[in-house]
Amino acid sequence: MSADIFEYSPAPESRAVVKLQNDYGHFINGKWVAPLSKKKFASINPATEEILAKVSQGSAADIDKAVKAARIAYNKVWSKTKPRERSKYLFRIARLIQERSREFAVLETLDNGKPIRETRDVDIPLAAAHFFYHAGWADKLEYAGYGENPKAYGVVAQIIPWNFPLLMLAWKVAPALATGNTVVLKPAETTPLTALLFAEICQQAELPAGVVNIVTGDGQTGADLVNHKDIDKVAFTGSTEVGKLIANSIAGRGIPATLELGGKGANIVFDDAPIDEAVEGIINGIFFNQGHVCCAGSRLLLQESIVDDFINKLQSRMSKIRVGDPLDKNTDLGAINSAAQLSKIRELSDSGTKEGANIWSAPCSLPSKGFWFPPTIFTGVTQAHRIAREEIFGPVLSVLTFRTPQEALEKANNTPFGLSAGIWTDKGSKILWAAQELKAGVIWANTFNKFDPASPFGGYKESGWGREGGRHGLAAYIKGAK
Amino acid sequence: MRIDVMKTYKLFIGGAFPRSESGRSYELKDKKGEFIANPALASRKDLRDAVVAAKAAFSGWSHATAYNRGQILYRMAEMLEGRSAQFISEIKALEGVTEAAARKQVQDSIDLWVWYAGWTDKISTTAGGTNPIAGPYYNFTMPEPLGVIGVIADEKESLLGLTRGLAPVIASGNTAVLIASEVRPLPAISLAEVIATSDLPAGVVNILTGSKSELIPWLASHMEVDGIDISGAEKKSDVEIKKAGVENLKRIHRFGKEESLKRILSFMEYKTVWHPIGI
Repeated sequence: MSADIFEYSPAPESRAVVKLQNDYGHFINGKWVAPLSKKKFASINPATEEILAKVSQGSAADIDKAVKAARIAYNKVWSKTKPRERSKYLFRIARLIQERSREFAVLETLDNGKPIRETRDVDIPLAAAHFFYHAGWADKLEYAGYGENPKAYGVVAQIIPWNFPLLMLAWKVAPALATGNTVVLKPAETTPLTALLFAEICQQAELPAGVVNIVTGDGQTGADLVNHKDIDKVAFTGSTEVGKLIANSIAGRGIPATLELGGKGANIVFDDAPIDEAVEGIINGIFFNQGHVCCAGSRLLLQESIVDDFINKLQSRMSKIRVGDPLDKNTDLGAINSAAQLSKIRELSDSGTKEGANIWSAPCSLPSKGFWFPPTIFTGVTQAHRIAREEIFGPVLSVLTFRTPQEALEKANNTPFGLSAGIWTDKGSKILWAAQELKAGVIWANTFNKFDPASPFGGYKESGWGREGGRHGLAAYIKGAK
Repeated sequence: MRIDVMKTYKLFIGGAFPRSESGRSYELKDKKGEFIANPALASRKDLRDAVVAAKAAFSGWSHATAYNRGQILYRMAEMLEGRSAQFISEIKALEGVTEAAARKQVQDSIDLWVWYAGWTDKISTTAGGTNPIAGPYYNFTMPEPLGVIGVIADEKESLLGLTRGLAPVIASGNTAVLIASEVRPLPAISLAEVIATSDLPAGVVNILTGSKSELIPWLASHMEVDGIDISGAEKKSDVEIKKAGVENLKRIHRFGKEESLKRILSFMEYKTVWHPIGI
């Protein structure tokens, strides 16, 4: 009965604001160009499986063309553009994203499957904020602590994932341009459309041709970009597996890489935590963006004395998560980004059951078309289970328990990853102690999944190399900076 | 005529001076071809023991106060000063340089230990900070030591190379496994004697002598080693070392002769902490 209280009428956001072309070329040297491969592939809406548009499959020849354009733009234009002018281009881009934010939000939701509530309130505003923040750095780099005459690398190869398409573009492109580099960007295979809309923003901002080049394609296109002889730096966000392939292929080539890779974040709830807030934080930590978040709090560590009460509250809250049409403004959990990702989530979820953990999924009806997975938790998980060790990258939470704070930290750090962690307690000294002991690059205490352009983001251990955002993130694009 | 008491040059692992578990040693000669010593030829097992010791020492050393670490590094400079003569004679014999050049190298090394001693409690202040978040959150970033760092020190100026490699690594709270120069290992082992008398906790620095080409691949692929300073490895081995380090994404860096905060930060990791502000 009580569930009825939360029935909402449909409140779909109009998609009329988005005007898609039937097919797209690459964006190279300020112009749209047909792929030399002559091959196209479809980008679909994962919530409905409808084809949104055809995009170009980038080949090694397309990549070469883009890198050449970026090289010429760097040598002839961008490296000679005064920092103050560079800065103003970035401010322009920030403003243009803000002006067209609704269009970006709807398109991102269509292409990615994430709820409009998130693209509208998180992805797009943060993307604009990243450009605004870095715009201000462009003419103040000598104050950033990397020497009096900080130098750009030159041409930067950037490869971004499908979970936050435009936001990850902003995390990559904004600092690269601010520091005076030119860019060849390869968006994710399943979510290229907002990057292609961003190309229009570059045109509207009158950004000099070749400063930003966008080549769409699959993993092979990304590999061709990394392996191109004339790039000066690689920046990649994606899986640890691919990150290692990149590290391997650039070994000895004398070019550096920034790698933002996988995670298996521990969200630790101590018995003196504010329980209701913690429940809300755990929900946000794992179900935000369908759990397609490298820093997701995918392992919940509960102190034994509060387990039963906490799990009850968590299940009750999970039952109220609204799963469905991503364009509906009331939707909390959208579609899984692709069929491939859905089968990976299912495979790992099945392994949890097979290995003896107890599965519980929120009762919800899933749409018949598209790719969907219900909010799910596993209890009775041990550290040996695959669901406690491997990144699921979906709305699946693994619950482990502990008796002492020391045991909690031991378990939290027992992973090759080290991207994020959460701490829930009302005791200040315990927060600082746990924050000190956790081997992770981002620690959220009594909050989770918060992002800001001024806050450095990046991982310890196998979660990657380097930081993005803040003063520290600039180092990734300044020659020799650390 | 009195017969000299010759020193047995051994490894330095976990604060102790063991021979190689393999029982191996190799003959070391001076520039004139005269026999000097039979240093230990460390094995893969010795390397693993050294990593275990370094790993065990990490928690204590990284939790020591920065002030305390600074005092211990300064103490190393004091001990080096007192043993200058010993280092000068070893450098002369192995590098074939003049007394004056050897003395200068020892003095530069002492001064460099002092320089890094003064850094320990200024790293966070200069490299960390608070971040202005667009929301009611307190947010700060601080550098933290990585863990176990392999040091392959530059050996052209043997003692100075050791100092350039080791001091920045341990100043921040890392622990180290040092692979000494194959042909100039004596200053490294004598430095172990300095370390042993400077209150540096056992295992913070571990020193192996032997064949670089044998030891480096094991160091590069060891999953408990978090980073490597490869300044003293042959440039042509960079690819091999970096590829071996991919499995746990080691932080691998090569430096020149510079003394810098960058050298310290290269083996540190930034941690950012968020907390809401409110009543």
